Amino acid sequence: MDMPDTVTSTEASASGSLDGDYDDAAGYYTPGAPLVDAKAPSGPIAERWQNRKFEARLVNPANRRKLDIIIVGTGLAGASAAATLGEAGYNVKTFCYQDSPRRAHSIAAQGGINAAKNYKEDGDSVHRLFYDTVKGGDYRSRESNVYRLAEVSTNIIDQCVAQGVPFAREYGGLLDNRSFGGVQVSRTFYARGQTGQQLLIGAYQALERQVSAGTVSMYARHEMLELVVVDGKARGIIARDMVTGEIQTHLADVVVLASGGYGNVFYLSTNAMGSNVTAAWRAHRKGAYMANPCYTQIHPTCIPVTGSHQSKLTLMSESLRNDGRIWVPKNQADCDKDPRDIPEEDRDYYLERIYPSFGNLVPRDIASRAAKYQCDDGRGVGPEVDGTRRGVYLDFADAIERLGRQAVETKYGNLFDMYARITGEDPYQVPMRIYPAVHYVMGGLWVDYDLQSTIPGLFVTGEANFSDHGANRLGASALMQGLADGYFVLPHTIRDYLADGPFERISEDHPAVVEARESVTSRIEHFLTVNGERSVDSYHRELGNIMWEYCGMERTETGLKKAIDLIRGLKEDFYRNVKVLGSAETLNQSLEKAGRVADFFELGELMCIDALNRRESCGGHFRGESQTEDGEALRHDEEYAYVSAWEWAGEDSIPILHKEDLVYTAIEMKQRSYK
Amino acid sequence: MNLTLKIWRQPDAASAGAMHTYQLADVSEDMSFLEMLDVLNEQLNDQGEEPIAFDSDCREGICGTCGLMINGEAHGPEVTTTCQLHMRSFSDGETITIEPWRSDAFPVIKDLVVDRSAFDRIIQQGGYISVNTGSAPEAHSVPVPKDDADRAFNVATCISCGACVAACPNGSASLFMGAKVTHLGLLPQGQPERDERVVNMVAQHDHEGFGGCTNIGACTAACPKEIPLDVISQLNKDLRTAIRNGH
Ligand SMILES: Cc1cc2nc3c(=O)[nH]c(=O)nc-3n(C[C@H](O)[C@H](O)[C@H](O)COP(=O)(O)OP(=O)(O)OC[C@H]3O[C@@H](n4cnc5c(N)ncnc54)[C@H](O)[C@@H]3O)c2cc1C
Ligand code: SF4
Ligand code: FES
Repeated sequence: MDMPDTVTSTEASASGSLDGDYDDAAGYYTPGAPLVDAKAPSGPIAERWQNRKFEARLVNPANRRKLDIIIVGTGLAGASAAATLGEAGYNVKTFCYQDSPRRAHSIAAQGGINAAKNYKEDGDSVHRLFYDTVKGGDYRSRESNVYRLAEVSTNIIDQCVAQGVPFAREYGGLLDNRSFGGVQVSRTFYARGQTGQQLLIGAYQALERQVSAGTVSMYARHEMLELVVVDGKARGIIARDMVTGEIQTHLADVVVLASGGYGNVFYLSTNAMGSNVTAAWRAHRKGAYMANPCYTQIHPTCIPVTGSHQSKLTLMSESLRNDGRIWVPKNQADCDKDPRDIPEEDRDYYLERIYPSFGNLVPRDIASRAAKYQCDDGRGVGPEVDGTRRGVYLDFADAIERLGRQAVETKYGNLFDMYARITGEDPYQVPMRIYPAVHYVMGGLWVDYDLQSTIPGLFVTGEANFSDHGANRLGASALMQGLADGYFVLPHTIRDYLADGPFERISEDHPAVVEARESVTSRIEHFLTVNGERSVDSYHRELGNIMWEYCGMERTETGLKKAIDLIRGLKEDFYRNVKVLGSAETLNQSLEKAGRVADFFELGELMCIDALNRRESCGGHFRGESQTEDGEALRHDEEYAYVSAWEWAGEDSIPILHKEDLVYTAIEMKQRSYK
Repeated sequence: MNLTLKIWRQPDAASAGAMHTYQLADVSEDMSFLEMLDVLNEQLNDQGEEPIAFDSDCREGICGTCGLMINGEAHGPEVTTTCQLHMRSFSDGETITIEPWRSDAFPVIKDLVVDRSAFDRIIQQGGYISVNTGSAPEAHSVPVPKDDADRAFNVATCISCGACVAACPNGSASLFMGAKVTHLGLLPQGQPERDERVVNMVAQHDHEGFGGCTNIGACTAACPKEIPLDVISQLNKDLRTAIRNGH
């Protein structure tokens, strides 16, 4: 379906007439009032951010140190915000669950960070980065937010270079770039295969500088377990000191969540072991809407699963697709052969065959689904797990011949080493085996243009919010977003809110504070006293299987409904039958996990309901019922050009769906085609 | 494979610890070392014994959270992090001893978990370049020779795991510090604070109770990121220059 006229399409959905026949989620939710972003800027798109910055009120430097800011998370989004707000003179407290802020999962990002510097003179510009990001997001993101992201991207690189981030450079001493999945310009800045690490160390060092200056207090090994809302405003958090078990109350004028993504709802993902939804979910239960929770990105290039002991999946950066060629044997009989013995004519380079113009560089969702189809079709490679070979080859033989081993080593050395270490195979000799894995979530807490959630005084940045990537994220854009939010966006928008502060002091025995603290302690007490039969991990693994099976790469009405039933049953069993040993007063990793898994159950159910409601295929969300004759994703702009913002309606009620219409004025909606 | 595991257990910082022995059967060689411990923990949980506490997060060798003394070696027998070590490096019937990092500056919190916050405090004393957000010049206004940039990157890959300290008979963190001082010292942006940085970081290092470096080289051998020993020479050189310059 081609959408020549965007305005009509959004008007059509604005009328809100969802054909009853298509509402698969009827009965699973209550329709709510439409949602509008009250901070949405107007005027020419290129002037919107400048105008907003000008209109946002200033806070007198002398007042800043009287204003307390809590930031949960020290990844790119949190550390950059903490450093910047500390430099501005606010009184900042930051929290992370790791033992050091520098270990936030941003550290694991490999491939790079986009910026519209146009250093290659290859036709890049702010507008093109904006265009690519909206298109990559399959027209399900907010155009004003995305434009701003593209606009500030260039400042990020300047800032990081000044901090001493050792980006890759050319012989002339200037910065090098590469091109990344799905785009045709070279705008990705990188530090070998460890870009996230280097960017995070830059932000971490800036943060530690503020700790030393006394503007930021750092609470490592502290987990936020509840949000404190007083008179409708976010005023603090309840955190557990993970070493002593102490339940602490931290109050402030404003709270920022930069707590990362929730991909671990799938149990196996490329996220860190501790990545969780708890911070966001607790806020959701207190009134922050959750937007597009079903939008999940499944990354095509991960190391395949080897068995049931698997605790996480490892990503091989998709920059590998620039030089590696993906194939499977044409004949099932060849699947267990040494790949080097399979002659050229018996190999199916299926991406190059189906998508001749983009080949191995098609977007992530297309590459992932294509791999799944090859394996479902019995042409997968590698070990059989549960009866199927789930892997395809990523072959560097041509690249090594063309560029030489040295050049390949320089570009991808650490990735090859990592692969060899994990699999025991040498990718310089034998093609790598890869398979898709959950990698990133585009969904997250709903925020307005100012990055403020539906709870006044609660701001959300980085992967924890939903705003910039629509239904799919382009490679190298999450690092850009995290740093854009933290260095350049939030520090401006938050001041408009803080200009009304400092707010009235609240005491620790305010009923809302007491209630929040009690809900935390009673939950902990519950987990430690159930004394059932099954470990937390066993529940988490089972939940993950349900999510992967029914809410993974392909979703259908029957599958999703089944998943919801299964999740509800499993959750009930979890509360009755989980076994958490140890005490609340010391480090207790089972207890930490129990709280996180409990929240994943509720999130998982909402993801399925959200996926059920969206009977279209867009970006990373592929509904089996909505595809073209040749199996490509089919979007339905008339019905679904909206953001799904879900309101928590209480423990025993179904969630409420608010729709925010997406309006495009600076860009025309087009059906994606990578053929 | 079947293994005998001797593991340090300590309820908390204040209590005494001891080695406990466990048997683990049917370990696959494709498991990572930490997945092997996960399997043991599931077994313990089923039997009603509290699982063993150990740190890990990314499990990809990049966050620096994991770290165990395995048969007396920091991160075990391979040049990698504990989380990236796989069971194919061990053999059937083997006895493996597993202990936390041992260093006065890294007190044990519980079982195999230690407190490495001293590293953050060293960085607070100058392991950064002072540049407020928004005040940076255009990135291309200062070219950096490729060799310097590459070398800065190589030493900036330190993951702050603490293996160097655990391996060092003196409990010195010189390799960790040398890596940071060298990274920032190679870049034009790092020059203005160069003298002050090294002096303050070293002072904090000594204050935290880390030992002095006597050039043994056990740190480099244990370092999963292969940070070279010459960063310590650079550290000493920078320190001498700073003192000569009156810092
Ligand atoms: C393996 C991998 C590779 C990637 N590669 C790229 C890439 O090349 N380019 C790109 O652009 N993007 C990449 N991404 C995506 C990108 O890295 C992330 O989206 C981004 O770094 C998220 O940053 P963040 O600051 O929002 O969250 P994170 O870095 O995940 O930080 C979350 C923070 O919140 C804290 N936290 C969470 N919950 C709590 C709680 N309850 N209490 C207290 N603290 C809490 C954590 O301690 C942590 O400090 C990759 C992601 C992965 C997993
Ligand atoms: S220098 Fe090496 S061993 Fe020491 S903390 Fe850094 S990475 Fe770990
Ligand atoms: S867990 Fe991150 S380096 Fe080992």
